[in-house]
Amino acid sequence: MAVAEGAEPISLEEQQRSTPFLDAWRLFRRNKASLVALTTLIIIFFIAITAPLWTRVGLLDARTGAQARHTVNPVNLPSVDPYPDPGSCARDNLNSNPYWCSWLSPESLVTVQNKYCFRPEPDYSQKQWCYVLGGDSNGKDWLSQTIYGAQVSLSVGVVGATMSLIVGLIYGLVSGYYGGRIDNVMMRIVDFMYGFPTLVFIILMQVYFTEVARQYQDTDQQGIAGFVLSLNKDMGGLLFLFIALGVLNWIGMARQARGLVLSYREKEFVEAARAVGANNRRIIFVHLLPNILGPLIVLETLAIPGYIFTEAFLSFIGLGVQPGTPSWGAMISEVRDRGGFFSNRHILLVPSIALVLTTLSFNFLGDGLRDALDPRMRGT
Amino acid sequence: MSQSMPDTQAKSAPATSSADGRKVLVEVTDLKKHFPIKSGILFQREVAAVKAVDGVSFKIYEGETLGLVGESGCGKSTTGRTILQLYQPTSGSVKFDGQEITDLKGNALRRMRRKMQMVFQDPYASLNPRMSVGRIVAEPLVVHNIGTKKEREERVAELLELVGLNPYFVRRYPHEFSGGQRQRIGLARSLALNPKFIVADEPISALDVSIQAQVVNLLEKLQNELGLTYLFIAHDLSMVRHLCDRVAVMYLGKVVEIAESEELYTNPLHPYTQALLSAVPVPDPVVEETRQRIILKGDVPSPINPPKGCNFNTRCPVSVDVCFDQDPELVEILPDHWVACHRVI
Repeated sequence: MAVAEGAEPISLEEQQRSTPFLDAWRLFRRNKASLVALTTLIIIFFIAITAPLWTRVGLLDARTGAQARHTVNPVNLPSVDPYPDPGSCARDNLNSNPYWCSWLSPESLVTVQNKYCFRPEPDYSQKQWCYVLGGDSNGKDWLSQTIYGAQVSLSVGVVGATMSLIVGLIYGLVSGYYGGRIDNVMMRIVDFMYGFPTLVFIILMQVYFTEVARQYQDTDQQGIAGFVLSLNKDMGGLLFLFIALGVLNWIGMARQARGLVLSYREKEFVEAARAVGANNRRIIFVHLLPNILGPLIVLETLAIPGYIFTEAFLSFIGLGVQPGTPSWGAMISEVRDRGGFFSNRHILLVPSIALVLTTLSFNFLGDGLRDALDPRMRGT
Repeated sequence: MSQSMPDTQAKSAPATSSADGRKVLVEVTDLKKHFPIKSGILFQREVAAVKAVDGVSFKIYEGETLGLVGESGCGKSTTGRTILQLYQPTSGSVKFDGQEITDLKGNALRRMRRKMQMVFQDPYASLNPRMSVGRIVAEPLVVHNIGTKKEREERVAELLELVGLNPYFVRRYPHEFSGGQRQRIGLARSLALNPKFIVADEPISALDVSIQAQVVNLLEKLQNELGLTYLFIAHDLSMVRHLCDRVAVMYLGKVVEIAESEELYTNPLHPYTQALLSAVPVPDPVVEETRQRIILKGDVPSPINPPKGCNFNTRCPVSVDVCFDQDPELVEILPDHWVACHRVI
């Protein structure tokens, strides 16, 4: 019998290597917006991860802003403190312009900080001490804070997505693969939880968690509770935030995973594996998982902006990270507490731009991944 | 512990022969497969059953090709899958090489699966898009832990050559191939364990006519070289006539007629077979012009609620009272020609 159609020997060099991964990369590269997004995200991740190094070499302020590198030129400090009482600042409404200068808000000129208060008059001679992106009334460098805030936002996004992917995937796999009564019970639970108003639920949990954290912050708890509390404290409140976000977010993923399992379970290649004698483990890990993982990762990537926004929102209303931990939401809320947007644009703009840039990048990355992993796009 | 490689050459097996000296490889007796329809939220009860296969009996002799024809939804594919124990049969028996396989479980069933394999209809759905051709064809060997990695690679190359594919293709992925090539890959996979019996579930229905011929020729070639036995499920009647030694006609979950291929096509006895065969176009304009078609009235009844008596009585042009009362048995009217019809006796 003749060799099959199109089977003329092709040397290995001539063959264009084609694996699912290479194909996906080829498709991904065609979407320029996703490429830009991917590059942006790599840069953001790189800066956020290496931030402590920049601090150590003196290019950034510390995470807490406590060891501010840029101190005001002491020559300009008045020898006698004109406002020794911190309350007098507010009383005299003299800290109406208490922010550090920035090219984003040039009229918020340098005011000299002393122990308690701010000098009321602009001091033009201080301009050289400007932070690139300004600072807040506590003398925190807004650039450093934004970069350290990226750590919080990115870890919330990545951890939230990973947890929801893992839990949702396992739940959906079990439910979809074993079917029958197991599926029925598991999906009714999901339906029930789907009815919860997610944001309200998260807010209530955070209210509870922050209260617990505050109550026990000075006591020395033992055992698991103590471990969790101290870990949460070390993470700046992020642990409880992860838990609050993770409790409900896997539900959508579980539904999607189940749907995909149901559709692939009936495919003929799964039946072929069964005919060969493959066991459930092999069918799940070799045949189902590699096929359903792609779409789920796309969905999870597109869900990351949601997690980041939720964290920012919670921090904005004061239910997110602990005070003192730099977070974009908390930074944006500074504009609510002090001064105004018009004279101190950088307070709002810097973290907002970082937030928008990051979430948009994740969205475009998800779009690109969806195109790249869609088998219908192959060969086009 | 890995086991040794199976030979490509088929071994001649001894034992159970039928009365006329031909050896029976697969014996199906009163096989039933009912799919339950459930209702209820948490505590489901069975409210009805789709009687996809409802009492099918036939024998497949070693080395022959048995065609299984019938219209869509009559239970052909379900029969094939139930024989392979891909579906747990509701009742009935399947004997392979004299051994009852419906009650096999676990490892015993796995060992039995080596001897019987399946080729699927849709060449686009039957290959995992995330696996390379080499992995797909080697999968049966991996599952049964046969051979070392090196031996498996050699075996895969051998198999690809056997089905007329370039062994260079091992690193490629299914989407790079045409339908015919994919069907060959599927065939190579099913041959990997050197089975005796292959259920071909409409292996050519999804292919172009020109490719159909290639695949059918390949199936014939493999049968000659490896001594395979086929259950060939199809609805292309002329292809079945060309390929099959014997043909079984199914209607609504039951076999209505089995005969030698030539005998069935020249002398169909069951009214449904007659109607089915009258639908085959004749490649001769003169004959085609005078060809009488038997047009059946009505639709196939639902397999959830098949009619009482003969399944075919709602559409049969020659039905009489007894047809609405008693289910006809499959009886041997002529030598090797079995029909289930009250009117034929």
